[in-house]
Amino acid sequence: MTKVETRLPAPTVPRRFPLRQKYLPVTATAVLISLMYGLGVINYPGFSDTQIVLNIFIDNAFLLVVAVGMTFVILTGGIDLSVGAVVALTTMVVALLLENGWPAAVVLPVALLMGATIGLGMGLMIHYFEVQPFIATLAGMFLARGLCYAISTTSIGIDDPFWVRVANAQLWVGGWFITISVLVALVVVLIAAYVLAYTTFGRDVYAVGGNPQSAMLMGLRVGRTRIAVYTISGLCSGLGGVLLSFYMLSGYGLHASGMELDAIAAVVIGGTLLTGGSGYLLGTVLGVLVLGLIQTIITFQGDLSSWWTKIFIGLFLFVFIVLQRAVTRRRR
Amino acid sequence: MSEREPVLVMRGIGKRFPGVVALDGVDLRLFPGEVHALMGENGAGKSTLIKVLTGAYHHDQGDITLGGEPVAFAGPHQAQQAGISTVYQEINLCPNLSVAENVLIGRAPTRFGRIRWSAMRRRAEELLARLQLSIDVGSDLGAHSIAVQQLVAIARALDVDAKVLVLDEPTSSLDASEVDQLFRVMRGLKDDGIAILFVTHFLDQVYEIADRMTVLRNGRRVGEYRTAELSQLDLVAAMIGKELAALEDIEEAPRREVAALERGTPVVSADGVGRAGAIAPFSLGIHKGEVVGLAGLLGSGRTEIARLLFGADRSDQGQIAVDGTPVTFRGPQSAMRHGIAYCPENRRTDGLVEELTVRENIVLALQAARGWARPVPRGRQDELVGRFVKALDIRPADPELPVRNLSGGNQQKVLLARWLITEPRLMILDEPTRGIDVGAKAEIQRLVVELSDGGMAVLFISAELEEVLRLSHKVAVLRDRRLVTELENTDGLDLDRVMAAIASGGAT
Amino acid sequence: MAVALARRQMERWRGSREPRGSDGMSNLVRHRLFWPVAMLLLLLVGNLAFTPGFFAIELRDGHLFGALIDILRQGAPLMLVALGMTLVIATGGIDLSVGAVVAISGALACQQISQLGDQGAVGGVLVAVALALLLCAGLGLWNGFLVGVVGIQPIIATLILMIAGRGVAQLITGGQIINVNSPPYKAIATGFLLAVPVPVIIAAALVAVVALVTRRSAFGMLLESVGGNAGASRLAGIRSRQLIIIAYVACAVCAGVAGLMVSSTVSSADGNNAGLLIELDAILAVVIGGTSLLGGRFSIAGTVVGALLIKTLDTTIYTIGIPPEVTLLFKAVVVVVLCLVQAPAFRARFARRRPTAEVSA
Repeated sequence: MTKVETRLPAPTVPRRFPLRQKYLPVTATAVLISLMYGLGVINYPGFSDTQIVLNIFIDNAFLLVVAVGMTFVILTGGIDLSVGAVVALTTMVVALLLENGWPAAVVLPVALLMGATIGLGMGLMIHYFEVQPFIATLAGMFLARGLCYAISTTSIGIDDPFWVRVANAQLWVGGWFITISVLVALVVVLIAAYVLAYTTFGRDVYAVGGNPQSAMLMGLRVGRTRIAVYTISGLCSGLGGVLLSFYMLSGYGLHASGMELDAIAAVVIGGTLLTGGSGYLLGTVLGVLVLGLIQTIITFQGDLSSWWTKIFIGLFLFVFIVLQRAVTRRRR
Repeated sequence: MSEREPVLVMRGIGKRFPGVVALDGVDLRLFPGEVHALMGENGAGKSTLIKVLTGAYHHDQGDITLGGEPVAFAGPHQAQQAGISTVYQEINLCPNLSVAENVLIGRAPTRFGRIRWSAMRRRAEELLARLQLSIDVGSDLGAHSIAVQQLVAIARALDVDAKVLVLDEPTSSLDASEVDQLFRVMRGLKDDGIAILFVTHFLDQVYEIADRMTVLRNGRRVGEYRTAELSQLDLVAAMIGKELAALEDIEEAPRREVAALERGTPVVSADGVGRAGAIAPFSLGIHKGEVVGLAGLLGSGRTEIARLLFGADRSDQGQIAVDGTPVTFRGPQSAMRHGIAYCPENRRTDGLVEELTVRENIVLALQAARGWARPVPRGRQDELVGRFVKALDIRPADPELPVRNLSGGNQQKVLLARWLITEPRLMILDEPTRGIDVGAKAEIQRLVVELSDGGMAVLFISAELEEVLRLSHKVAVLRDRRLVTELENTDGLDLDRVMAAIASGGAT
Repeated sequence: MAVALARRQMERWRGSREPRGSDGMSNLVRHRLFWPVAMLLLLLVGNLAFTPGFFAIELRDGHLFGALIDILRQGAPLMLVALGMTLVIATGGIDLSVGAVVAISGALACQQISQLGDQGAVGGVLVAVALALLLCAGLGLWNGFLVGVVGIQPIIATLILMIAGRGVAQLITGGQIINVNSPPYKAIATGFLLAVPVPVIIAAALVAVVALVTRRSAFGMLLESVGGNAGASRLAGIRSRQLIIIAYVACAVCAGVAGLMVSSTVSSADGNNAGLLIELDAILAVVIGGTSLLGGRFSIAGTVVGALLIKTLDTTIYTIGIPPEVTLLFKAVVVVVLCLVQAPAFRARFARRRPTAEVSA
């Protein structure tokens, strides 16, 4: 090769520093998880049981799915406040339809379609009417919660045999088990990771989050991408709602209250920049794990009350936001 | 040397905006294998012409032929398809994506919807190799210098079989060695037969790289020249022109000579002050009652000097002194405390708060200096604002109108009033007369004279040399981000000498 | 001439970045408070149709009673939160943590009062209230520090306290609902002064104070300047950092007072549910009142109208006999309608550039 070696600065990351800067937040999350896990194993007997980790997935499968949708939205620089409400609405609609004797095979697609439709509506509002994502999804949140209560202000139980069977199914591998929900969540994660990394749409999501102006001048369909991410988020919320209905076996307007915050926190702790354009789906998985680990440790500790969960989440959020700030400042 | 066939011909291009004729019968010819410089001062019509060429605007008159075929572009995308690629000064790429993606996004190779990353990297590497750039195409674009990003943008432009490459001020944020790198690339592309349209404000660069140039002024073409046949002085003259505005009363005023002033300690002086990447270290003193003009082309470092003296940017070397006492400016507030005022060049983004009223905009700086807890009493506000609205003849004379509803000239006066009521000792005026009508211009010029007669020190920045020459006691000449010389406004100084200094970069 | 004058007046009020609407619309319609006020009146009249005595106000035992008084009384906390939020939004920011602050304020006050030997002691209650508000000011300082000094996006910076704050509130109450039996504390929400409910007086007084401070001092103007054009404000010598911090502190203190009212109403503190979703209602009230979420011109009168509109909506739904939870549905409709009414339909251009600082991240 006779390439002229330029004297221009080579990639600014020197070799002795093996990590690219963009992997730094994800790595920090991974390190945090190891520390927390190690802390748990050392302090609490029985913590090292693999089932403990699997239980985190079992208890948070729906959150994971919702956070995946949120990751798409946040990667474009937007935000979706409606996810918790859409999850609740889905549990409600599922419970109502099943109560009225609809077959599960119809209820499932209806639930997913409804989530996607709400997302699409918000996306259209954001793109065509230039309503800020915060306000548009706030409207979506009010709408979905309001619809919940319009259906019923009380909890509706689910006793559909298919639902009960799925809810109680345990998939045993060796001495451990997971639920079907976990399986579904993992499949969603894999699909989403593939889409983000290997499809034109996925890269458009990053481009829009990086610089929408440039993305448009580079000939990308910015509007379509934006509308699509909110639709995806709505779809994921619908699916998350279905999983939650498996978990709870009921539909209730108070389900998943504040889940939008958990989802946003998981995404941010997972290293995705809230300003958009940078982050990985793996990070979101790790973020959900962090939230789950906090809960688990607090449960094991026993004398720590549940509210410490929120304080710790807030604390981690703070640390990660300041870390992100430092990283982006340096890159500038 | 026989004339080759031009690859692109624009003939008689006209473009008007409401109330403005931006282009009036402009011709442009681009030859394959040539670098063609498009020259002109602000408002000459360069960017409009480029936008017509790249399909961003539709022209009202004239026609364009590309490779002999008449063309009409519906938008930038079509122009690109036809082989006209553009790289803008503001790099329109995504810093968070990899270099390879930035070169190819939107055209990424896929198989069954799956992006073929390896093929993409290979293709990007090939394209960059053509620009003699070997970097890790998997790295983030944002991790690279502006120069590399610029080259990546060019690589992207070249991916679509470009016949014409438009480089709009690609060098404005590059350092000397980076410019060399870019020029190497441009020469390589030239040898490949690509026609390059090059826009820059740096005269040296034009003479280094361009084969031919077209000069625009006030929306008209002054002429097309071969670079070798046009001296730098003639170029500057062509760009600036010698039209004199109708400003008789000031014309009659005696020449403002330095000798007439009492010398002493300058109100504000800079000693070796500079900021890397913005302006080379310079020394300059401005005395009481003195108007110091900064002459130089756009991008020569005029605004940079103003911002350093106002504390808007921090200098990384040298010392600023007020009344001979060294000071350090932590921000505009500290400069304001020392009696320095600054009317920025870009009224809309840096000057006015468009939502606020005329009155609020006028009292803003005074109020900021007092702090929010000590409001300027409404009565005093009305009196001050009323006085200046009258003195500066701000129209409409309604202080409660949002400032966004005023014309450019009146907005400029509002900005002036904002600083005048703070009774500054040094007033820095950055292009105060740009984009305003002749009447308002004359009034502002008259005002500058009055202020300096009243003892105020003024730093006057303008692209119009006549104006600078007419108002200033002393002219500091800038070229390529360097203060090259200071000329006292004595009998011997005329437009030609100032132009010569700008063109040659040295004292004459 | 008259038309020009009216338009000018309108221009001053709108303060929006949108181009002017068509000339066909009357100037009244284009006044930025027209739609919210119209909607408020419509709701009130609608209520009258449903409940004939809706507008009736009677003096009973020297206290004013009536549906309208109830709206004012119940709307006081929201009005206060929205009042503080207006200042924050004027800087171009947002404060998501006000709901958590509401909870914390009530929690600390009740916790302090529950420790008192004599819960009826006015002095002790005053100390508790002062402590609660002091803590809130501290929380506001924290938000202001993150936004103004560290330079974190407001929505993110306040998200931290929004999440952690609920935990802090529960930490203070020990996870219990603290019940207090303190007449002076109870008076904050249910007392009357000169026949007028105390919360209405408090809200009116704070609105008046904020309106006076912002408009009589230069605070409001400088805030609008910073929110309208941060770059130009810096070049005019404004210290935006100080202003931003004050705005967040004021916002948190307002939320703190609202929190006292909320917990006083039920004489208890519930760290989990007090002030739930009030941040969203407050933001909504501000936006309905015509203050742009992008910052700049703000209208305290508009915010008051917005808060009243939301509360009237709540009351209306309640009186009509729809389950109160369904109010959310109507709020969604209000948000969508308002947004669409104000949106210049189908602006083709890709508007609203993001600041380059964010883009380069």
